[in-house]
Amino acid sequence: MLEIKNLHARIAEDGTEIIRGLDLTVKAGEVAAIMGPNGSGKSTLSYILSGREDYEVTEGDILYNGESILELDASERAAMGIFLAFQYPVEIPGVATMQFLKVAMNEQRKYRGEDELTTPEFMRRVKAAAAELKIAPEMLRRPVNVGFSGGEKKRAEILQMALLEPKLCVLDETDSGLDIDALKIVADGVNALRSPDRAVIVITHYQRLLDYIIPDTVHVLYKGQVIKSGDKTLAHELEANGYADLIEAAA
Amino acid sequence: MNMQQAIKMTAAETALVDAYTAQIGDLPGDGSVLSVRDTLVHELRTAGLPTRRVESWHYTDLRTLLRAVPAADPTAFADRVEALVAGSTVLSVRNGHADLKGNAPEGVTIRSYTDSLLDGSAAAGLAVLGSDDAIGRINGGLVRGGLELTIADGTELEDPLEIQLVQSMGQAHTRFPVSFGAGTKATVIERHLSTDAGESLVSTVNDVTVGEGADIIWIILQQQGVADTHLGQIRFDLAKDAKLYLFVINAGGKLVRQEIHGKTSGEGADFKLRGINLLGGESHTDVTFTLGHNVPHTTSTEIIRNVVFDRAKGVFQGKILVAKDAQKTDARMACNTLLLSDDADLSSKPELEIFADDVQCGHGATVTDIDHTQLFYMLARGIPENKARAMLVNAFVAEIVEELEDEPLVEALEGVISTWLDKHA
Repeated sequence: MLEIKNLHARIAEDGTEIIRGLDLTVKAGEVAAIMGPNGSGKSTLSYILSGREDYEVTEGDILYNGESILELDASERAAMGIFLAFQYPVEIPGVATMQFLKVAMNEQRKYRGEDELTTPEFMRRVKAAAAELKIAPEMLRRPVNVGFSGGEKKRAEILQMALLEPKLCVLDETDSGLDIDALKIVADGVNALRSPDRAVIVITHYQRLLDYIIPDTVHVLYKGQVIKSGDKTLAHELEANGYADLIEAAA
Repeated sequence: MNMQQAIKMTAAETALVDAYTAQIGDLPGDGSVLSVRDTLVHELRTAGLPTRRVESWHYTDLRTLLRAVPAADPTAFADRVEALVAGSTVLSVRNGHADLKGNAPEGVTIRSYTDSLLDGSAAAGLAVLGSDDAIGRINGGLVRGGLELTIADGTELEDPLEIQLVQSMGQAHTRFPVSFGAGTKATVIERHLSTDAGESLVSTVNDVTVGEGADIIWIILQQQGVADTHLGQIRFDLAKDAKLYLFVINAGGKLVRQEIHGKTSGEGADFKLRGINLLGGESHTDVTFTLGHNVPHTTSTEIIRNVVFDRAKGVFQGKILVAKDAQKTDARMACNTLLLSDDADLSSKPELEIFADDVQCGHGATVTDIDHTQLFYMLARGIPENKARAMLVNAFVAEIVEELEDEPLVEALEGVISTWLDKHA
């Protein structure tokens, strides 16, 4: 589903190279965890996958279902099924959450040549998904993410993911700022979306989230490269021993 | 040596003075009114239209910007349009002529302003606010009609009162003295429209007094055509515990100056100004505001949101004066602008003149582009860039419309805004 080949990327504004020859393959149905110390390029990778213009790819390629997506903008990538759950979901005062959801769902449908949802059908889907994630109707009446607590924001991200039904989900530190109950709700939401035709990339600092979302593969990112890949036991090793040994071995 | 030199009049100045001369004997007014008119037009002829050298017109050089005054077309027909909010009482003014037919809501007395000119009762109100009051001068010289509204003490109007000014070509000058009695509650929508693409020039002066404890919402919605000149002025005076919520939306016009001049005369008075300027094309739009906090314990907040596209130019001048005795005044003014093109321009001039020593006053101005993080977030959800931008621009102004909390009114104004944005964004 996703193939990243020898990717090099830098911050467009000042030219700082963040990703330095990264290779990664994620198959349909797979849940891949990406771990790594601060500053290793984890969040940058998520932004580059979703098409943020603040980064420039200087070498290599990103193939999604066999096609390069480097020339596509963020909205096109999203409509093709790539979803980024933000580490810091953005507040948009003045834009109602329901309007935002409806426009996003229908614009994606339009892009894919599907009919727009009727209002009753849209409402039905939102209500069902919100109930699953224990999101109160009052939250949906507020502007996008405005006045939401940290946990509410993360649940709102998963709600959007459930409604948009992406094929490739990228979760950027979704566990940060969550208490254990919220973490379980979020993990349940993600697990409910696991399916043979969908891949999930879980970017995280800690093993904790991976107790609830069990990964098929684990990749360690350091200085913009994958320095080690393995199965879920790798995450436990990291939790026990830290990154120092791996980094030394890679140096 | 005689240094006095007659200024060479511009085409527009000549046309305005000629319009007056041509109507002598025909313009309504008794002797006292006609004498005020003569003085005003004489001043216009000698001083000319204001230039950038006049401080209050520094960013709107009317003498240069008003190139010509459109000729009237006697066959031009201005049709009335549907009310902005269903159920409103519509007071129709077409090509400057007020229609007095129809039923006034209970508690509201409507009188033709032309009658007040004819019997001379309008004379005192024709005085200009100062030597730089070009709008008062042009309007006072040429005004033919309008409406005088008196809302009796204790009247609570359930439905809005819409003063609907529709113009088709030519020029029109109208006045609306409005007196809200004590304890009244009302929403007035002053709506400026034009029916066609022909050029027009309109001036309107409103003189609003808000009685003790009254609670008034006044909306000025200017949606004139791309070739039109709009010179508007609203004056207001707030009595004890009176509340005035003034909402100004500019979504049209080529050359627009909307002046707002008010004062608080009774303790506990509260004034709110919310302004939305949607500017595009080659238009020039100026909102100039002065407020005198004249007595202790009065409050005001002013929030202006400008959205500027293309080569449009916007101006906001806001001046709050706090008199020496006006202790415990609380006044806050903000002017926020989204500049959406490299050629767009906005000048903001907030001023505070405070003579009291125990007050809370502040002002702030921001000029920004679209927030890139918000834009990326919307794109990352599959919303195409042009649509995402339109939604963010809309959000920037919708935020203050929603403050109105009157659902049909909010919906109608949001409709005006999104229609405008669909055309320009």
